[in-house]
Amino acid sequence: MRAAVVVFPGTWSDGDCTWALERLGIETRRVWHRETEIHRDELVVLPGGFSYGDYLRCGAIARFSPVMGAVTEHAEGGGLVIGICNGFQILCEAGLLPGVLMRNDSLQFRCQENYLVVGDRTSPFTQGIEAGRALNVPISHGEGRYFADTATLDRLEDTDRVAFRYCDAEGRVTPEANPNGSERGVAGILNDRGNVLGMMPHPERACEPLLGNEDGNVIWQSVLDAVAAARV
Amino acid sequence: MTTPTDDVLQQVAMSRAEYERLLDLLDREPTDVELGMTGALWSEHCGYKHSRPLFHHFPTTGEFVLTKVGEENAGAIDLGDGWCAVFKMESHNHPSALEPYEGAATGVGGILRDIFAMGMRPVALLDSLRFGPLADPHNRHLFAGVVAGIGGYGNCIGVPTVGGEVQFDPSYSGNPLVNAMCVGVGRREHLLSASAAGPGNPLVLVGADTGRDGIHGATFASVELEEGDDRRPAVQVGNPFMEKLLMEACVELAEQHRDWIEGLQDLGAAGLTSSAVEAARRAGTGIDLDIAAVPRREHGMTAYEVMLSESQERMLVIPKREHLDEVLAHFRKWELHADVIGHVTDDHMATIRDGDRVVARISVDVLTEAPMYPPEGVRPEGLDRLQAEDLSWHPDVQDPTAALLDLLGSENVSGRRWIFRQYDHQVQNNTVVRPGGDAAVLRLKGSRRGLAVATDCNARFLALDPRIGAQLAVAEAARNVVATGARPAAVTDCLNFGNPEKPEVAYQLEQAIIGLSEACRVFATPVVSGNASLYNETPRGQILPTPTIGMLGVIDDVERHLTAVPRPGDLLLLLGATAEQPASTLAGSEYQVRTLGRVAGLPAIDLDFEAAVQRLVLEAHTEGLLTAVHDCADGGLAVTATEMCLAAGTGLDAPVVDLGARLDAALFGEAPSRFVVAVADSEAATRLLALATGQGVPVVALGELTGDRIRLGPVDLAVDVARDAYEHGLERSLTGEAPAHVAGRP
Repeated sequence: MRAAVVVFPGTWSDGDCTWALERLGIETRRVWHRETEIHRDELVVLPGGFSYGDYLRCGAIARFSPVMGAVTEHAEGGGLVIGICNGFQILCEAGLLPGVLMRNDSLQFRCQENYLVVGDRTSPFTQGIEAGRALNVPISHGEGRYFADTATLDRLEDTDRVAFRYCDAEGRVTPEANPNGSERGVAGILNDRGNVLGMMPHPERACEPLLGNEDGNVIWQSVLDAVAAARV
Repeated sequence: MTTPTDDVLQQVAMSRAEYERLLDLLDREPTDVELGMTGALWSEHCGYKHSRPLFHHFPTTGEFVLTKVGEENAGAIDLGDGWCAVFKMESHNHPSALEPYEGAATGVGGILRDIFAMGMRPVALLDSLRFGPLADPHNRHLFAGVVAGIGGYGNCIGVPTVGGEVQFDPSYSGNPLVNAMCVGVGRREHLLSASAAGPGNPLVLVGADTGRDGIHGATFASVELEEGDDRRPAVQVGNPFMEKLLMEACVELAEQHRDWIEGLQDLGAAGLTSSAVEAARRAGTGIDLDIAAVPRREHGMTAYEVMLSESQERMLVIPKREHLDEVLAHFRKWELHADVIGHVTDDHMATIRDGDRVVARISVDVLTEAPMYPPEGVRPEGLDRLQAEDLSWHPDVQDPTAALLDLLGSENVSGRRWIFRQYDHQVQNNTVVRPGGDAAVLRLKGSRRGLAVATDCNARFLALDPRIGAQLAVAEAARNVVATGARPAAVTDCLNFGNPEKPEVAYQLEQAIIGLSEACRVFATPVVSGNASLYNETPRGQILPTPTIGMLGVIDDVERHLTAVPRPGDLLLLLGATAEQPASTLAGSEYQVRTLGRVAGLPAIDLDFEAAVQRLVLEAHTEGLLTAVHDCADGGLAVTATEMCLAAGTGLDAPVVDLGARLDAALFGEAPSRFVVAVADSEAATRLLALATGQGVPVVALGELTGDRIRLGPVDLAVDVARDAYEHGLERSLTGEAPAHVAGRP
């Protein structure tokens, strides 16, 4: 597996994502938002940041970037796409994932450690993650409160598309462990096919012991293993 | 132009005598553009006319210092292996007093540009903040706005805000201090100069269009604030998205195409005027620019307005003639405007045209040689009496547990999480020690080295003695850096004072600079960059003298850094002093302010001893004796020990420590040169004792980190209660909510 990290004007997690992926031995290239070529075997990463300054609405302008046509095509063809933070917002704006990300209920930016527990375990991103294990993966956002109408939320849950929920250190999903007021504690969701993941927390920041922990690597490793298994 | 009225001169912050001086130098009346340019460049903000005469005190050199102080936008030091770090701190006090969000945000934007103008990638931001007490709603408004503004800019641009500090004191009511520091790193060969070298080379303006915002910002920063001040047009509005593009474009230019350009300079105070003229001065050249070529965001702007606009997110690039097209294409790739607005000349003149018309033609030397006013200080009346006050006359603490709890929840001592969780402190994946420790630690990708960064200044010590107080500020900043296992390397300072034309402020300024310089010599930390912010006064009075210190330290192996987080079961020791302290060590302490309602006494420091204690900590760490280290400062020994308990998640068992005759001084006094350290077992404690004794440094065993109560002499406090007070104290000061322990005794 190779990775393509997309860079919009205002993206800032491209370096961190590249760092984390290369540490795991994944060949990674950066793709400027004006480029339109994406290879089938690439994991497309839409990283965090403030694409176009988050002007108008988070992700609202980035979805019109030339690269997004190729990303959509890639996703529709079954290619793997992960959107982190601003990348999640862009995927929602582009209609690749349902719902929206609203202002945190605290009305403040939040950068802090946070625990996640895996919801669905059938996607490539989550198949390798131990059920009930609390992963320490930090958040850093002002608009990360996941919102969708009740029918959509029910459908996400009924079809096992909630990839991650915020939880406490013991893996319990509680209101206190929810850092932004997300509906039903949602931290990340999948599309119907399970090949597109959007999540607010930053796994690329939890990638080495020197910086705190490496729980985020579990997610990348899950994708690597799933792709390797599919090839066999 | 006819002789300007007093009003006109006041607008450009020029005195009548200075105007006469300009007349003499020019031998004619200046044009209005020339007058505006001169006023801005001769202002305190750009010309440092009251502070520069004192700068000769600073130690500024060292074998690893790569820049001459004041010559570039920031100071650069050599980190070895081809790496270098640039850093600087700058104030944005007056704008933040009027419009806290944009004032603080553009303060961050400005200091970032200073760093990437040197071709280095900004890797860390820190903010040293001062406000009036939060009980006042206006101070709450300023505080919340400044914190949001810092986050708003830093979070968007993707540079982590890793540290800083905040203190509250009535003297800052209505005149908050917002000092932003930025650290950049890169390869030595990519270091750029802000120099307009090579006559004939073009001058290229990149980034935002120019508007009327911030005109007279530099002069505004050089006068006192007035009640109900309505100079909001002098406050600029930030666009961090634009700056992100500028930053990436400039860093990439330095890293990949260093040979295309002669110089790079940011536009800050006094906008194009300062930027172009300073770049010409550095290179010994002149400039010829046409303001008609400057892209505007507003119609009908005059030449005067274009030259003095402080619109944000603009850079001046001086490409080599033959690479102009490549440079323009480079910025276009980053979706930025880049326009040729003039060229470098060899005539040492600043020639400004508006199309065919010359609107200013004035010597670069005249513009950049601001008149100098060596401060004439007079020791303030009453200072002798204040210093001589015998603090042992005040009664000792009655209920030390309650006093500790009160301190833990106070706005000056309580935890800072409410602030730093609003800042992205992790982006770029370098943050090894996050905000909340003594200093932030960053790793340097591609190297084993780490950087430790801290800001510090307890202005109350300076209020009692500016010279000793400044020494203490440097000592504490160095101690913070040492507490992470780093060697103190170099200093940037931000000199925040009142009106220097007042004799008592001039005294404070001079004494503080002398004290700061003395301390920097002892710690071998040259001052490599800095900034002065004078005239911090409102009709209610002047601020406490606040020369904020930004200290950079180097860790040879970042994997071996230290934190203030011990493990349960560790033993705590006090290093640098006996636990017993005289009442005089309460001078300027938070405890004194909370019990006496004012500061009194004379703080003291032995700089050589301080350096010896710091060396001892680094040596003990090299020996592998230490599991955690914490600077013993705000709130004294009791608060420092409690903070380590909270970090470890345990209590402390030290009920029989000899605290001597003055409990208040032993527990809450703020004598310098002290660390609280943790070791794993009694064998390590014995070895540390031997090492310290051999070097004449006192060390006292306190007790084991265990249980769920903090017992230190007569103090006996439940860890949960301490945590509640400490972690929610700041938030409660903001909301006025009563702490939980008020309902029931701990």
